[in-house]
Amino acid sequence: MKYVLLFCGTDEDARAFAALSPAELKERYAEVGRWFADNRHRVGAGNQLQPPETATSVRFTGNGEAVVTDGPFLEGKEQIGGYVEIDVADLDEALEMAKTWRGRGAVEIRPVVTTR
Amino acid sequence: MAGAWGCGDPPGGDDAVDAVAGAERALAAVFREEAGRLSAGLVRVLGDFATAEEVVQDCLVVAWERWRADGIPDNPAGWLWTVARRRALDIARRDARYQAKLALLAVTARPGVSEDDRLALIFTCCHPALSHEAQVALTLRTVCGLSVAEIASAFLVSEQALAQRLTRARRKIAAAGIPYRVPDADHLAERLAAVLSVIYLTFNEGYLTSGGSEPQRRDLTEDAEWLASLLATLMPAEPEVLGLLALIRLHRARARTRFDGAGRLVLLADQDRQLWDHDAIAGAADLVLRAGRMRKPGPYQIQAAIVACHAEAASWPDTDWPQILLLYDALLTYLPTPVVALHRAIAHGQVAGPAAALTDLDELSQPLAGYHLFHATRAQLLRELGRPAEARRADEQALGLTANPAERALLEQRLSMA
Repeated sequence: MKYVLLFCGTDEDARAFAALSPAELKERYAEVGRWFADNRHRVGAGNQLQPPETATSVRFTGNGEAVVTDGPFLEGKEQIGGYVEIDVADLDEALEMAKTWRGRGAVEIRPVVTTR
Repeated sequence: MAGAWGCGDPPGGDDAVDAVAGAERALAAVFREEAGRLSAGLVRVLGDFATAEEVVQDCLVVAWERWRADGIPDNPAGWLWTVARRRALDIARRDARYQAKLALLAVTARPGVSEDDRLALIFTCCHPALSHEAQVALTLRTVCGLSVAEIASAFLVSEQALAQRLTRARRKIAAAGIPYRVPDADHLAERLAAVLSVIYLTFNEGYLTSGGSEPQRRDLTEDAEWLASLLATLMPAEPEVLGLLALIRLHRARARTRFDGAGRLVLLADQDRQLWDHDAIAGAADLVLRAGRMRKPGPYQIQAAIVACHAEAASWPDTDWPQILLLYDALLTYLPTPVVALHRAIAHGQVAGPAAALTDLDELSQPLAGYHLFHATRAQLLRELGRPAEARRADEQALGLTANPAERALLEQRLSMA
């Protein structure tokens, strides 16, 4: 089954990440690299996203208009830091992968719509 | 629950009421036995939990109506399977995904259901990806065969809300790919904890809302005991399962004395212990010992041991309070909560006197300010220390914090005597 793992965090998590020393940052990326290596047969495309300040949103109003606004869709203190597509047997396997992610914050597991 | 055997009140007074209640319980017992097996068997054949559940749901509704009118058939399992197969064939004909199953369904006799199948069913219903409410509703529905109306009434929600909860849970199982299987050894402990939690919640719901005032209402403590017993049969080497079963049995063995004739709560110290089911108590205490010999302690075993101390004591003064205090200390290492600390304080008071317990309670005043039992306990201790005015105020605080009629009656009685 295909899922997307959304790597989420709060503003605080993001600030903590930004405050990492070069050595700590290197170690964090190494951990992530190991996770991807361990799970290479299950992961597809994915990306770390640039921070929410770089986002632009297009909102659709009732009258068919498309309104452009500065900033991410998610309001408040939560943000998405990255995502990866995975293909595993079932939710338990997806949960295993999510639990071993060496990040902070939270990981959301969303099944992907597949065409029959 | 009017109209079980027709419309309106059954004739004949109390005997007839008892007969109706007895018949309802017989029906409930058969559904409990057969619903889970039917579900597990259908999942085997159809390979899809949600669809299997749809079929079982329909069957049980039909059985509910027909058996009340015609009585329970001699072979309820066979009866259910016949109806289930017909429903499943209907679905299979209409849905391309199940074309392959058509042939299988046509020839399959009632599928044998292994212990693994029944365990898989329980673990699936209690999967952590489902909300706690959904886990409880799904387990009661699927494993115990309770009707939507019964579950809704037990948890004080509308039938519509409960039906929606179940539908969403089934959809989540299908859409999110929740697997239908017994968890592997690495994950069994944490997944088992969730199952035990569902059973305990069910028991608690039945225990707290029972009061002898509605004899025809479904007794969830009975369902909880049945579930725990089933789990103990399927997982006999898991001491926490035995611990939970013992705990439930110890509580149920003393159910007769919890309330007086007027529906008021009777304190443990005042209960007539002659009316307890001592055979059941002895059996449950034995279960606790058996679990203990497996050398894997845990919170349910400890709670069962505490209740066993009470249940085996000839009277309140004869209770082994030092042992209970030790057990609460152990329980706190697993469940370091203010409520457990409150119960420990009560035991401490019995060992070291009310002043010591009151000091313990002072430290819990913040987290338990909104908990009626905290104030009721304080009131009792203050009374023992000869401080009646403060005791009265504490009882009043307790009264203001609970809506439970049995507890209110007890508190009101204390206040009227003060």
